[in-house]
Amino acid sequence: MAVTGIIGKKIGMTQVFDEKGEVHPITVLQAGPCVVTQLKTAAKDGYDAAQIGLVEFVKASNLTKPMTGHLKKTEAPPMRELREVGVLAAKEGEAEVKAGDRVLVDLFAEDKFVDVIGTSKGRGFAGVVRRHGFGGGPKSHGHMFQVQGSIGASSFPSRVFPGQRMPGHFGVDQVTVRNLRIRGVDLEENLLMVEGAVPGAKDGYVLISKPKAPPRERRGFGGSGTVDPLKASKKASAKKK
Amino acid sequence: MSIHPVMQRLAEKLKRTDLPEFAPGDQVRVQVKIKEGDKERLQAFEGLVIAINKGAQGTFTVRKMSFGQGVERIFPFNSKVVDRVEKIRSYRVRRAKLFYIRSLRGKAARLKEVDREHAKA
Repeated sequence: MAVTGIIGKKIGMTQVFDEKGEVHPITVLQAGPCVVTQLKTAAKDGYDAAQIGLVEFVKASNLTKPMTGHLKKTEAPPMRELREVGVLAAKEGEAEVKAGDRVLVDLFAEDKFVDVIGTSKGRGFAGVVRRHGFGGGPKSHGHMFQVQGSIGASSFPSRVFPGQRMPGHFGVDQVTVRNLRIRGVDLEENLLMVEGAVPGAKDGYVLISKPKAPPRERRGFGGSGTVDPLKASKKASAKKK
Repeated sequence: MSIHPVMQRLAEKLKRTDLPEFAPGDQVRVQVKIKEGDKERLQAFEGLVIAINKGAQGTFTVRKMSFGQGVERIFPFNSKVVDRVEKIRSYRVRRAKLFYIRSLRGKAARLKEVDREHAKA
């Protein structure tokens, strides 16, 4: 069975030490368990995909009737969050993906990295300094602090160019973080530990998927084989003696 | 703020259990792993525990006087650099963070020794 992603929930951050004793910041994600609730096919829907739902404790009475009806088709448990993920062609000896299949974290067994899609924290109506990283004005000498200043020239062009960055709503956007290194998998508790930050607040839903463009394998890949060029030459000369 | 139960379980899994219990005001010797080329050796860092920060990412601060210069090192409890911690003796202290000791020198920085283990029993 092969789908390309799994629905998760951000739980929190902590730190872990690796074998070398170095510390890494990690985000703990609840990843699944998920159930395939519907299969979309090229013949019927125009594209191939699997709709999966995150199994969690949801009261059946809290679901809308259309949702209940939809889940009833595959006899899936009550769920709140449904997402679509891609389907990979089944390898030899593997069954094709079908509705009702379970999707678990072991999906990433062969991957070193994952992509995570989440919804960023809402910041309301934010100014330009916060929203676009403008420098702001001087803090003293009778000036204002966080204003953007001029937004264009005068009589020519007599208008503001489209795309001028201004204050406005910031946050609650879909944000994708690519190639977060997997630092641990807990199959019992369905946890996935990834290195680095993940968009959104705790308890926010995220879509974890196989990396679209993982880093190429090269020297130093995986972090362990990094060679300090200065020390490498030293070691080589030491061996000659 | 409460800790998520999953985070709590994870912290317990990652927690290091081989270190002895010690408290601020204890004199400890921390055996620090030092890598020299391919070899690894231990170096002792002996001093007074002046602060302990609890939690999953907890640390403890050890202060010592080195040739008249105060030196402090902060060790994470889970650090792999810390090979072991030996508790040497305990002093009577009345607060959890002993930062005031930084401004004291010589006679003023003395502390009274206590036998904490037997006092409890």
